[in-house]
Amino acid sequence: MTQVFPTLTGIGVSPGIAIGPIRRVTRAEIAHAVPATAMQVFAALDSVATDLEKRSMTVALDVARDVLSAQAMIARDPALVEAIGARLPEPIEYPDVKPAIQDAFAGFKTALESLGGYFAERVADLDEIATRTIARLSGVEDEDLVLNQPSIIVAQDLTPADTAALDLNFAKALVVEKGGPTSHTAIVARGLGIPAVVGCAGVMGLAEGATVLVDGRDGSVILEPSPGEIDTRQTREGALRARAASVSGPGRLSDGTPVTLMANAGNAADAVAAALVGAEGIGLFRTELLFLDRETEPSVSEQIELYKSVFEAMVGHKVILRTLDAGSDKPVPFINAIAEENPALGVRGWRLTRTADEVLSRQLEAVGKAAALVQTEVWVMAPMINTATEAAHFAARARAAGIKRVGVMIETPAAAIGADKVLVEVDFASLGTNDLTQYVMAADRLDSRLSDLTSTWHPAVLRTIGMAANAAGTMAMPIGVCGESAANPQLAAVLIGLGVTSLSMAPSALAEVRGFLASVDRATCLRAALAVSNASSADEAKALAIEILGV
Amino acid sequence: MPSQVVVIGSKVGLHARPATLLIKACAAAGVPVTIGRVGETAVNAASMLSVLALGAKCGESVEITVGDGPDSTRVLNELVEIVQTDHDA
Repeated sequence: MTQVFPTLTGIGVSPGIAIGPIRRVTRAEIAHAVPATAMQVFAALDSVATDLEKRSMTVALDVARDVLSAQAMIARDPALVEAIGARLPEPIEYPDVKPAIQDAFAGFKTALESLGGYFAERVADLDEIATRTIARLSGVEDEDLVLNQPSIIVAQDLTPADTAALDLNFAKALVVEKGGPTSHTAIVARGLGIPAVVGCAGVMGLAEGATVLVDGRDGSVILEPSPGEIDTRQTREGALRARAASVSGPGRLSDGTPVTLMANAGNAADAVAAALVGAEGIGLFRTELLFLDRETEPSVSEQIELYKSVFEAMVGHKVILRTLDAGSDKPVPFINAIAEENPALGVRGWRLTRTADEVLSRQLEAVGKAAALVQTEVWVMAPMINTATEAAHFAARARAAGIKRVGVMIETPAAAIGADKVLVEVDFASLGTNDLTQYVMAADRLDSRLSDLTSTWHPAVLRTIGMAANAAGTMAMPIGVCGESAANPQLAAVLIGLGVTSLSMAPSALAEVRGFLASVDRATCLRAALAVSNASSADEAKALAIEILGV
Repeated sequence: MPSQVVVIGSKVGLHARPATLLIKACAAAGVPVTIGRVGETAVNAASMLSVLALGAKCGESVEITVGDGPDSTRVLNELVEIVQTDHDA
């Protein structure tokens, strides 16, 4: 009888399969008193700083180097030395200097935490410096982990100083209990191209030296994997890599016509997933997620952090951010306080400027500031724009917040029919086909009794899309589709035929759409677009598209 | 002691790169330098933690004061330049 070992699950942040013995990175807890003089504390702080400077010079990864040199700067900070000195004024050996050191650091931690965002990140640096200083004084400092065989590194969390000290030639995978997709561990692992799993509860409970399989794609950590399990996972990983490699590169039709293929995202984890499947950017960054389950509005600095984390996952690419689309099926407690008779036709999207203008002002402020911090092309669009006046209003506000490329969602019949006027003041357009379908067909897309009426294949919907794409095309303006329709290969080809220039979908749909588009040319897409526009039903349109484009 | 009020030019305010540049320049100045909002207690401008804790934002005015020394005016001009430049532009 075979024994069944547990599988732990975390968040896969760097894909790949690794099998090997566990090597745990533990940190000594110093519970006992640490006697020292003030001079000895200063000397310890100084040697910690010197050590950090040395590591920053030898570490190969840019991200680790920046953090280490910032930490060294903090360890040498005159205000910190002064704060510790004020707590240890006598020239004597104090029986325990730990409280004085912790208290001195705590003052700065509170100040930085209250500022939020970038400042709050520095709090972890302060903790690390305090821990290292106390460890150095007590003489029980952690030895740097020496690896003598390929190992799976397991830790509660890995700090930049930890990773700088590791011999990463022997690190086959990184697994940590804490952290998220943008944690230092995740960034280091992707930089090294080794599998990593973060947020893996219970992994520190596994024994040193035990063999584990780490799957950095789905986040599984399997203790004593069976040969069958190893084979299955390695085969799957190999197939996924082969498929991604066969359709890599920017999206294009068989005749070379470029079609920008992007992915939708709501947070940094999605953006990382998008980057892993070779998305050429984020075509729809939904910002509601930060607001939806909140009782109060997130602060500007908190918003900056979230936006920045998504932008950072797409450095060198484009991210199209959609301003808050609260209302209708996505009510936000502190904004949509009044129950509306007909929320889909009520105060939602950019219309919130009528009732909660300052929330949108603060969001634009945060987006502008976050965009200034990164090397990502940030485009910003507003949802539920109906008229040229609303478009001009949004464009002026967004540009004033420092946003360089502004655009609008086209998701109502009014915006599509009047696109030649609506688009005059903006740089790009994006068709929200889910809402556009429900408004053109006047059928609630959440009502299952009406599901036959809410298909984007309805010729009336496709003609409306064509109208908007035509107006954009006349102005040589990029127009994308970011609804579910972009994820259907034949419909994607029809949209291109209608004049759409980019598609944004769930990361999981990207490879299939990319592969399909590479099999059809522009002339065929145009022929399919003409045929579906002249069909008399959704079913007929779909059948014609399959007949012309193939499957 | 020469001093000057200056408007912060960096969009991100006085942290990250702008703060790092300021602190490095102050450390190299050889004379004490303080920075603070006008009328409030000034902090040591060579201290990263103190400068960060000011939380000074883009467009805010801060006063820089440089201790007396042969190079005070040159140091002040250099620091004013760092603070009023938008390093992210």
